[in-house]
Amino acid sequence: MIFDLGKFAGNTALIAENETLTYEDLKIRAEEISGAAGGRCLIFLFCTNTVASVAGYVGFMNRGIVPLMIDADLDLDLVKNLLELYRPKFLWLPENLRENYSAYEKIYEQGGYNLLATNAETFALNEKLALLMTTSGSTGSPKFVRQSYENISANTKSIVEYLRLGENERSITNLPMNYVYGLSIINTHLHSGGSIVLTEKTLFQKEFWQALKNNFVTNLNGVPYTFEMLQRLRFFRMDLPNLKFITQAGGKLDPETHLKFAEYAAKTGKKFFVMYGAAEATARMGYLPAEKSLEKIGCMGVAIPGGRFELTGDGELIYYGENVSLGYAESGADLILGDERNKRLETGDLAKIDADGYYTIVGRKKRFLKMFGKRVNLQEVEHLVRQKFNLSEVAAAGVDDKMFVFVTAENLRDEILNYLSKKINVHPSALKIKFIAEIPKNASGKIIYSELENFYEL
Amino acid sequence: MTNLEKYDKAFIDAFNVAAEDLPNLKYQDIAAWDSVGHMSLMANIEDSFDIMMEVEDIMDFSSYAHGKEILKANYEVDIEA
Repeated sequence: MIFDLGKFAGNTALIAENETLTYEDLKIRAEEISGAAGGRCLIFLFCTNTVASVAGYVGFMNRGIVPLMIDADLDLDLVKNLLELYRPKFLWLPENLRENYSAYEKIYEQGGYNLLATNAETFALNEKLALLMTTSGSTGSPKFVRQSYENISANTKSIVEYLRLGENERSITNLPMNYVYGLSIINTHLHSGGSIVLTEKTLFQKEFWQALKNNFVTNLNGVPYTFEMLQRLRFFRMDLPNLKFITQAGGKLDPETHLKFAEYAAKTGKKFFVMYGAAEATARMGYLPAEKSLEKIGCMGVAIPGGRFELTGDGELIYYGENVSLGYAESGADLILGDERNKRLETGDLAKIDADGYYTIVGRKKRFLKMFGKRVNLQEVEHLVRQKFNLSEVAAAGVDDKMFVFVTAENLRDEILNYLSKKINVHPSALKIKFIAEIPKNASGKIIYSELENFYEL
Repeated sequence: MTNLEKYDKAFIDAFNVAAEDLPNLKYQDIAAWDSVGHMSLMANIEDSFDIMMEVEDIMDFSSYAHGKEILKANYEVDIEA
């Protein structure tokens, strides 16, 4: 069993706008939802930061039901594609989405969510398989990471250990639970008897900050872009006496921002943790101990307890640990597969190690960007645009949180922007479609990406 | 460009939406007006009107219509003028 809710029965588990649930309350609701689904099967969980979404997740995990986690706002065409490829037995989704799936029968409801039975002919599940998470947050790619019960238990325990999470910790949902970092916050807090404030509000809404203050939230978590937003909101001037620590993951924080938050933490007696991870490693692989955050600016840190890093000859960072996932699935037929990685993960990141044993990410082996914490493969982007618009000349490049797609066809700008932002689920303001007379190439016809850098508008 | 044109352009550039959809637009009505979109919108408005928005106003800026009121009341920018 992943969640031992009985252990903390009287503690507060979830705080929503209109209700507060103890661990005992959560246990009752979770068991009722998962009971309605019966036994082991695949289910699509349409994630929101609400009680019903979390209770469903907890119940399914404890009953051996495998959730495939998707953003409740995921484009309907993409969901339909996933339904065909994976053929889940049930959907657990917000009531307002039900009309999209009128062919399915509603067999249970709770807290604004419906359980729909698809009656699909399902695929066999490997006994280790616990959970399916998207590789890059919520792109339309049908590729999911297969995580095992052992993966989740090992990673949860490790994170609880290095963050020293206890019953008095309280977080607030600033990230979605279909994103591994967001989910790890739920897993770790429920593992250690702490609590989570559930809100769909964002940092730019007063209600978020009211919920944070009024509920005495102790932990705040964010991806690099969150830290830009926090600075925009003059976070350093806010009076937040209950806030004990801030964690960062989802991409490399620029050294200037790292320094500012480390200084803020030192000045206010809070802790600031820079961390490193990937969906392929369940969530977390490395962290920079808070007491080192001022000393090791720009560093990602050391391996988490129970894990180990290694650098290959060409500088690629390799991670070893119990939290290395089983592998990928690209359709339901892959769900029977066992462990394909043997606890070893090639991260695709290039790193260096300093004299004290701390790692810094210095580059990438493969061409991808981190867009708001999500990994987006540039080659895939080029492929999507080429295919959809029947173009041969396409080059995708850029920096984290800002992608440029170069095309030689002038008239397609708006269409490409619309298509791509929806397809890879990246905000349109972070995508620039740029017209260029010719894509620079070398003698052998390979795109010279370094020359495209001259066209970036940053 | 008139103030209204500048104001509209700030939204269109941030959200990739059509001008006719703007009048009734509210925060989180469309996928593009999320927190990332809001950052972009605020930057566009500050640049267009050469102002620095206060945190209270950034959080209060919850719709196309209310944004006009905020700019008029606190920044002496009259969109309808």
